[in-house]
Amino acid sequence: MVEEFWRWKEYRWTSPDIDWKTAKTLTCGVDVGSVSTQVVLMADGELYAFSNMRTGSSSPESAENGLKWALEGTDLTRDKLAYTVGTGYGRVNVPFANRAITEIACHARGANFMYGPTVRTVLDMGGQDCKAIRCDEKGKVISFLMNDKCAAGTGRGMEVFAELLQVPIEKVGELSFQVEQEPPPVSSTCVVFAKTEASGLLRAGWPKNKVLAAYCSAMAHRIFTLLERIGVEKDFAITGGIAKNIGVVKRLEKELGLTVATPRADPQIAGGVGAALFAKTLVEKGKA
Amino acid sequence: MITAGIDMGAKNIKVVLLEDGKKIRARAQELGGTDTRGATEKAFNAALFQAGLKMADVSHVTSTGAGRANAPYAQDNVTEVGAAARGAVFVHPATRTVIDIGAEEGKTLRCDAAGKVIDFAVNEKCAAGAGSFMESMARALEVKLEQLGPLAMKSTNSIPMNAQCAVFAESEVVTLVHQKHSKEDIARAVHDAIADRITSMVRKVGFENDVVLIGGVAKNPAFVETMKRNLETDVLVLEEPEYVGALGAALVAAENAGVK
Repeated sequence: MVEEFWRWKEYRWTSPDIDWKTAKTLTCGVDVGSVSTQVVLMADGELYAFSNMRTGSSSPESAENGLKWALEGTDLTRDKLAYTVGTGYGRVNVPFANRAITEIACHARGANFMYGPTVRTVLDMGGQDCKAIRCDEKGKVISFLMNDKCAAGTGRGMEVFAELLQVPIEKVGELSFQVEQEPPPVSSTCVVFAKTEASGLLRAGWPKNKVLAAYCSAMAHRIFTLLERIGVEKDFAITGGIAKNIGVVKRLEKELGLTVATPRADPQIAGGVGAALFAKTLVEKGKA
Repeated sequence: MITAGIDMGAKNIKVVLLEDGKKIRARAQELGGTDTRGATEKAFNAALFQAGLKMADVSHVTSTGAGRANAPYAQDNVTEVGAAARGAVFVHPATRTVIDIGAEEGKTLRCDAAGKVIDFAVNEKCAAGAGSFMESMARALEVKLEQLGPLAMKSTNSIPMNAQCAVFAESEVVTLVHQKHSKEDIARAVHDAIADRITSMVRKVGFENDVVLIGGVAKNPAFVETMKRNLETDVLVLEEPEYVGALGAALVAAENAGVK
């Protein structure tokens, strides 16, 4: 089989500390993104279990598979879930969701939970878009900016590069620091042109890691310009898959002159967490 | 007197040899690749061979294109926009608007009867309005680039594409294939998408008849049809559209060498 370098690891998780049977309200948040799907199960607003997998060609199927996997190994069954909120690109196509809420609102809410109420700026770096969100101490959205038109600065762009350079995507960040000297960033914005540029650099004798460094730094700069437009207030959190790429995150920190907050769980599930928390609020307010 | 124009494009290198600023003696092109210098020499020699000429017969060489500053042989250079206007007006004197779609950039310009540029717009930042968009889409559809146009002409159904970005559009094409849309319809959707991008660029600058298309993408009949429909006017494809820039450079070379 041909190795697929862009493919990141799909996995599921259950909290060892929570017994769902003692919980009053069990809620579910489903984030069907353009590239990945997360299903998050919460017990009284605490993280109980989640699954994180690649989105397939059908949103309803991806949501369904994600739920099955999140429940796997727990003796929890779907009929015990009081309320389910769908979010993300495929949010209206979650067959078992009671309601859909935008991913902007869910990421702000999720970041508030995962990084703490001091978070004021959330950068969600998703598979096919990038959003900069300003929020208050309750995780409520104040304003946001978004790029969903162009692959530059999105996870998909990074996948294209991992594939081009034949480097597993999870290693991109680490390898990008194994250079003698930080190279200038790739100058093309467009991912298609950046690929051509990178091929040229490789032919000119640049080692892979140096090209990775140049691309990570170009991506960090691209995201920086989006953040600059909305303004960054501390604390600053990054959600989404690229949050796990230190090659981009460290360079962005340097450009911004501040440190990124540390999450209490996988930053990729923030949208799903927010959705599950909204579900809990809706149940408590009797709107479910 | 023989002059030469070299168009150092992002993908191909084109050479035109011109006699007395009037008669085209030869055209040749070569894939740029990694060794652009070697490719230029090859294209140049091929053109000389075709015309039965020697290097010493060429009085003046002018370059154009993205890599024009690094063109071998060239004594001077002219911008792509300037060369495109000169070349287009030479081939078709009624030209007032030129749309030039190359591998990595799209340009539109308005010019006067002398081939002088009045206004122009360039997209060199984004593949969505350039030839490489078509290449990506052909790859996603698993057809040859040359087949994409004829395939689209057979489409019976217009389906919209949401993605503008070439990277996202590639994924979308795969999704459309999974959804069992025909290759013909998807090929048409791809043409509609690129034509829409270029139309908005053309509208920004405005256009006046005659509108001509040059550059490699002009050889795609489905693209031409879509542009006609979008602009609601006739759009002419100049003969040997990918050589018009090099021709313009050869005309400038003749002028710089003092040909009246």
